[in-house]
Amino acid sequence: MTRLEILKTYKLFIGGQFPRTESGRYYTLKNIKGSTIANICLSSRKDVRNAVQAARKAFGGWSERTAFNRGQILYRIAEMLEGRRDQFIAELQLQGIVKSKAEKEVEIAIDRIVYYAGWCDKYNQVLSSVNPVSSSHFNFSVNEPTGVVGVFAPQNTSLIGLVSLVIPVISGGNSCVILASEVLPLCAITFAEVLHSSDLPGGVVNILTGKNKELADTFSSHMDINAIVYGGDDSTSLKMIKENATSNVKRVVVQQKDWMKPDSQDLYMISDTQELKTTWHPIENIGGSSSSY
Amino acid sequence: MVKKVSKIEVPSWDYSPSLESTSHIVLKEKYDLYIDGRWVKPHSGKYFATVNPADEQKLADIAYGNALDVDKAVKAARKAYNEVWSKMPGSERAKYIYRIARLMQERAREFAVIETLDSGKTIRESRDIDVPLACNHFFYYAGWADKLEYAFPNRKIQSLGVAGQIIPWNFPLLMAAWKIAPALATGNTIVLKPAETTSLTALLLAEIIDQSGLPPGVVNIVTGYGDTGAAIVNHADVDKIAFTGSTGVGKLIQKALAGTSKKVTLELGGKSANIIFDDAPIDQAVEGIVNGIFFNQGHVCCAGSRLFVQENIAERVVEKLKQRMETLYLGNPLDKNTDIGAINSKEQLVTILKYIKIGQKEGAEMYQPVCNIPAKGYYCPPTLFINVAQSSLIAQEEIFGPVLTIQTFRTVDEVIQKANNTPFGLAAGVWTDKGSRIFNLTTKLRAGVIWANTYNKFDPTSPFGGYKESGFGREGGLHGLSAYLK
Repeated sequence: MTRLEILKTYKLFIGGQFPRTESGRYYTLKNIKGSTIANICLSSRKDVRNAVQAARKAFGGWSERTAFNRGQILYRIAEMLEGRRDQFIAELQLQGIVKSKAEKEVEIAIDRIVYYAGWCDKYNQVLSSVNPVSSSHFNFSVNEPTGVVGVFAPQNTSLIGLVSLVIPVISGGNSCVILASEVLPLCAITFAEVLHSSDLPGGVVNILTGKNKELADTFSSHMDINAIVYGGDDSTSLKMIKENATSNVKRVVVQQKDWMKPDSQDLYMISDTQELKTTWHPIENIGGSSSSY
Repeated sequence: MVKKVSKIEVPSWDYSPSLESTSHIVLKEKYDLYIDGRWVKPHSGKYFATVNPADEQKLADIAYGNALDVDKAVKAARKAYNEVWSKMPGSERAKYIYRIARLMQERAREFAVIETLDSGKTIRESRDIDVPLACNHFFYYAGWADKLEYAFPNRKIQSLGVAGQIIPWNFPLLMAAWKIAPALATGNTIVLKPAETTSLTALLLAEIIDQSGLPPGVVNIVTGYGDTGAAIVNHADVDKIAFTGSTGVGKLIQKALAGTSKKVTLELGGKSANIIFDDAPIDQAVEGIVNGIFFNQGHVCCAGSRLFVQENIAERVVEKLKQRMETLYLGNPLDKNTDIGAINSKEQLVTILKYIKIGQKEGAEMYQPVCNIPAKGYYCPPTLFINVAQSSLIAQEEIFGPVLTIQTFRTVDEVIQKANNTPFGLAAGVWTDKGSRIFNLTTKLRAGVIWANTYNKFDPTSPFGGYKESGFGREGGLHGLSAYLK
């Protein structure tokens, strides 16, 4: 007697937990031959709001982690992904990607996480400045995370696009809510399992599956999302997102690159979701100011 | 509603008038648009009056540019970009910018007097702050023009093209400098629109730019109203919009640009917290409060308009603050003794008075010192509101006038929460003697500029700009370059 395989139920990832969509809706993901791969959660506006709430709750703690600790946790994510390498390759193949390309995609994803893990305690050194003002003040500028970031993962990849956009966002201390690729959603949820087992605090990354057309409006007009990283290629949707973004002056970053290429990662993808803070403090200037100690 | 401060004998602070002379400045009767290195009449033939808010006298007529004029300016800027400016080595661009800085320094007194006449700000401020800072801004960015590859490691930098710049009326010349200097240093050409109430110093700057020999079309100044600005924002051949002004208009601009690939930076409103702890040097803090909210009549986007005082010293601070306010001189901005000049326009005075009424209606306790308000001109006495609720409108909305709300707090956590409880995030002030507390607060306050034991300080090397609804992008310093680079 052959053993019956256990199929995975693909759910959402909100606040470190795996709930189903509160709406009870789903869409069916099929392979090229037309047979069902899985039922995917069709997230609702309420799911977006729940995810933003979880992200906001997690933001304070995550942004206050030491840079070194964030780097450790990101490196742990890479370790966990490496351990599940075969699972991701198989899942990519299930979604119609040829094996050699699937292997490459997973490898690039792992290496990219390691790349950004290393940036965690370095980007502020490169991007900050001490400013020689003309008055008796010590003045310096440092980067701080923008806050809660909404991420629209690229439609044409299941893993690498999502990883390429999300990892720089969290390496800089932001929390985020991701809308996964509608057509290739599987790896997003499996990646959530990787995050779940990586010491990443619950709520730092929240992942939803569903329809871009349905949810883009809620994402972009939500008053507690501070920035949008848009990796899609739908100019009509992007225009709407940018218009809605004005409600609370969201920063909208458009990222359209070939994510399989090595030069699609850099320091400036971190600074895209950073704010610069400048601090002034007087320097006491009484006595001794002209003596050479 | 005006209350005299209790018990304290107020010494007489009367000084003899000390008016800055206007004899060395010459204003034209009529100012045209500066496009393609020439002074041209507006297409519509229309002009509007610019008045001195201190006495309501007309100073000059200013050309009212429309979409056709803007188109002409953008074409000139594009041509100058393609044919001259984008091809010029950075070291040569630098020399033009240095030259502008020097010419401005030479004519600093003229700038200061005209700025005060046109905007109502005190001569002391325009002479000692606005004009020198504007000159220094050009001088600072001039030096960047041939060093840009050092600013952003491992990034191929490239200018954007034509930058459309729209500036506010609170620091007319300084904002023009903040916009023009970095854009030129990075190799862009410019179409700039000053605010309609304060065009004169931008036009004087155009004279200097002309005198400097800067190639025609590199900087174009188109004066006018909001529709003139809208024509710049909506022009198809503009690559970048830089705007400083209200959050309301900023949102409209962000929306108008949604369907385009134009780069945008926004420097918008604020409702900044100024926080006084019980271990702060109280007298210095009181000076900081005064400078935070009454500097430039409160027409400052980063004004410390929400004061938070630790409960146990609140009474003392308020009393000292009232005493200090009694000594503030309100009057003719050209008088070197004047601390508080004129409100920039009638429209703005109406807005401020509306908020003062709201504050009284909302039940807060108001205090204004006795001031000799001149018979003509737009003036508003420095105003305090005590016992203001967090939910009060005057504690939430930007007033852009000399109006301070005072709230109290007990713990650090409480004040961080209260200070961050605003859609804005431009600036904040912290007054305490304890270094570790300063760094705790400065890292937790969600704002772009934090002044610790000081307030309202500016410098060309120091990046300025906000979090959240106070906009995005930075002006000043190394980071200010990125607003004008690909």
